[in-house]
Amino acid sequence: MPLALRERLVSFSLPATDGSTVSADQFAAAPILGVVFWCNHCPYVKAWEDRVIALQREYAGRGVRLVLISSNDPVAFPDDSFPAMQTRAREKAYPFPYLFDESQEVAKKFGATRTPEIFLFDRERVLRYHGAPDDNMEDTAAVTHRYLQDAIEALLAGRDPATSATPPKGCSIKWKK
Amino acid sequence: MKIEFLYWEDCPSHPDALARLREVLRAEGVDDAIDIVRIDSQEDAHRHAFPGSPTIRFNGVDLQPEGVQGSAMLTCRTYRTEAGRLSPLPTIAMIGDAVRTARLSRSGGR
Repeated sequence: MPLALRERLVSFSLPATDGSTVSADQFAAAPILGVVFWCNHCPYVKAWEDRVIALQREYAGRGVRLVLISSNDPVAFPDDSFPAMQTRAREKAYPFPYLFDESQEVAKKFGATRTPEIFLFDRERVLRYHGAPDDNMEDTAAVTHRYLQDAIEALLAGRDPATSATPPKGCSIKWKK
Repeated sequence: MKIEFLYWEDCPSHPDALARLREVLRAEGVDDAIDIVRIDSQEDAHRHAFPGSPTIRFNGVDLQPEGVQGSAMLTCRTYRTEAGRLSPLPTIAMIGDAVRTARLSRSGGR
């Protein structure tokens, strides 16, 4: 089961593609922290990738921080290996840390099952939104509900997100056998 | 026309893809049956040369052959749409183009 709304952030400390180690408590000053389960190979991730990058760039100045975590088994999916993650982060100039959850323990603690799958936490690091980035993975122009952006705006304004949960839509996390 | 629709249950794009395929076939007046093949294992994937879900073939030709790369595997497939976007789904236009191409090929039109 995924973390339930109002549950607290699960701590993590994972290697990042830039060679550093990134932990959840590094973002203590951020008013909003989004933990996004991600990977390289999934077409749903590819379809949403530029939008998530643009969102981070748009809200960076207001302290919003997104952190991407790939938990996929790189043996079964070599495109999701750590070197491939480093390449992807570099090619797309990711404005967020991209972390490798090799043991898959972090994904299990969050109860994540899909990529992409967003867990958005408020200043107290309480879960306030869980789900998909928006309601149209295929076409930005056809989006009618910007779930993630709306939740960020609501939390920055001190309001409850109008939509606090949507079904994550994407590839399954590739668990080790 | 031989129409194959291959999918892996774990990838959530297949219901939408099958609905689009049916919509296109209706619009094009094609009433041939769709051979729907569920891929459940790596062995299935190899047997059917399955590059990812969903895969659609007309007369044995992949809808987007240039998108077939690497080995057969249980994965979601990435399509590049006519607008250049990456998507887990082929668009209606892509499916329509493939149907018309398959028709022309069969009738010796190309």
